[in-house]
Amino acid sequence: MAHDSLLEIKNLMTHFHLHEGIVRAVDGVSFDVRRGQTLGIIGESGCGKSVTVHSILRLVPSPPGNIVDGQILLHRGGNGMDRVAVDLARLDPRGAEIRAIRGAEISMVFQEPMTSFGPMHTIGNQIIETILLHQEGVESSDARDLAIENLRRVGIPRAEQIVDAYPHQLSGGMRQRAMIAMALSCTPRLLIADEPTTALDVTIQAQILELLMALQEEVGMAVIFITHNLGVIAEVADEVAVMYLGRIVEQAGVNELFDNPQHPYTQGLLNSIPHIDEEKLPRLRAIEGVVPDPYEIPSGCAFSDRCPSFKPGTCDRAMPNLDETVSGHLVRCFLYSDVEEGLTEGENGG
Amino acid sequence: MADDNELLLEVNDLRMYFPIQKGILRQTTGYVKAVDGVSLSIKKGETLGLVGESGCGKTTTGRCIVRVYQPTGGEIVFHDEGEIVDINRLTRQELKTFRRNMQMIFQDPFSSLNPRMTVLELVGEPLLAHGIARGQELEDRVAEMVRSVGLRVEHLPRYPHSFSGGQRQRIGIARALVQRPKLVVCDEPVSALDVSVQSQVVNLLQDLQSDLDLTYLFVAHDMSVVRQISNRIAVMYVGKLVEVAESEELLRDPKHPYSETLLSAVPRPNPHHHMQRLNLEGEPADPANAPPGCVFHPRCRYMEDICQTDVPALVELTPGHHVACHFADQLKLQGIDYARSPRA
Repeated sequence: MAHDSLLEIKNLMTHFHLHEGIVRAVDGVSFDVRRGQTLGIIGESGCGKSVTVHSILRLVPSPPGNIVDGQILLHRGGNGMDRVAVDLARLDPRGAEIRAIRGAEISMVFQEPMTSFGPMHTIGNQIIETILLHQEGVESSDARDLAIENLRRVGIPRAEQIVDAYPHQLSGGMRQRAMIAMALSCTPRLLIADEPTTALDVTIQAQILELLMALQEEVGMAVIFITHNLGVIAEVADEVAVMYLGRIVEQAGVNELFDNPQHPYTQGLLNSIPHIDEEKLPRLRAIEGVVPDPYEIPSGCAFSDRCPSFKPGTCDRAMPNLDETVSGHLVRCFLYSDVEEGLTEGENGG
Repeated sequence: MADDNELLLEVNDLRMYFPIQKGILRQTTGYVKAVDGVSLSIKKGETLGLVGESGCGKTTTGRCIVRVYQPTGGEIVFHDEGEIVDINRLTRQELKTFRRNMQMIFQDPFSSLNPRMTVLELVGEPLLAHGIARGQELEDRVAEMVRSVGLRVEHLPRYPHSFSGGQRQRIGIARALVQRPKLVVCDEPVSALDVSVQSQVVNLLQDLQSDLDLTYLFVAHDMSVVRQISNRIAVMYVGKLVEVAESEELLRDPKHPYSETLLSAVPRPNPHHHMQRLNLEGEPADPANAPPGCVFHPRCRYMEDICQTDVPALVELTPGHHVACHFADQLKLQGIDYARSPRA
């Protein structure tokens, strides 16, 4: 499995040092992104999903944010001897090396296309800038044609005219298409999509999801797709990681995760949402409580204070490990792992 | 639940046009027809869901009903214990007293609560403004209300910033319900909340409805949430209602092409569901410059000549099922297939 991975994250920790204390926004996250595959990351606000991907591109503002531990390995070259890996976690966030990667090898689509385009330049100029920065030997006259071609590829009508439009002149759906056109203009190997359809209407969301999946097939890129919508993740992802308070609590292939959810948090999420294609329940089965404040995370398992399967003396004493229960299915819960082992490790480790 | 057919609210031909002003003289050059001839009725004790995409006029409809906006035209008839009141004709003074009967719950619990007021002041303010209670009585009523929305009495002296989004929404609900309104317009009350908190608030709204005998107009864009809470669903598109029906019937057997597409676009939390999605080309029409004929015709898969010229009326196709489409009785549309029973 490891040899076709494009991006390997090992024990990533991104912490924010604030006046009120340290926020462990990402606290030991590891995952692989394989070539051409889609990894979905799902979680509620404050679970660290955005900070994780911002860490990959080194977009976390520092201070206060710091990658305090871990590796982010971007693999280049084929499977043979010429294979090299760059550790993005060690690059200077303002240096030339990461800037050459951003937008070229790894690019990103944000939730709100209005704030991620500069309002003072035309859509075309912003795409042309990306092309000229990252593609050597492209003349500025050709860059404009390339920009128009990219806009056409994402289904923007009248691309020759839209290329000269300012972001505010486009509708939300069109802006998101233009954002995708810009992100794909240099044929990245990895696209990070951070809630790309959350701000859009359902019919427009459906269009954008179809577009992203078609382009992924065409370009052959890998995608990290972040969302809080279980329906969207079921549709786009091959592999799904569920995050809660800075850690992955469950990870599996998309079918396995939805057919056989094992972590009480994943089960709770799936049970709490209304399912439109099932018979209506008189009441939704809500998860108790709220996501705790980042300064008041319960000791032991972070989900212990809301968990219906909470075992006193176990779950509040140590953080369970992320263990494989069946092949390819990782769960961080004492229901499935060796309690004694977890406890000793947790107590030794503090 | 609606035990009889007693009407609480009837809206007839509601219109809300916002003028477009241009130039230094602010001359009116056109109108945004946000709501253009909406007629609906809500029975006592029921929940009517109003769905549609952004810009379709669903929020404006809700705001006209509680007269946050002064509608351009139409009637809003409220049946108040035998009395019949046209909300659109009330004077300012009459409206002020009448507002006790209808309240609103807003989408964003971060911007809808005054950050300088404590929970006690926020929830108590409507009681003071209407002269319903003051002093100790006010505090008692606020405390009771706050408890019934799942907050604690210790929360009363705190300010909104110390609460999470879900708790703030509970404060907003308490503030709306403290004066015992009959009709509550819920404007996207859960769409700004986290997934695990959304279901708590939906349950709370359902519990309060049966405890306090409330009638809801539930405005939202999320079809799954609307179906969970609504007895009937009204689908809106560019200022007009296109379909109204019992919620299960609308899901199973939609009669308007727009409802069909809207249902097929809902992402299903089920990776085995390989939908034949009906992709809707293009974007909603501009309400300032709506197309002639049926407003949906430029995006409709079943469009024929008549759709480009004649506006279809909202007619009752089968009892309780209203559709505005020239071909509603001929089209075979695809709804939701309840293949699965609820998860164990």
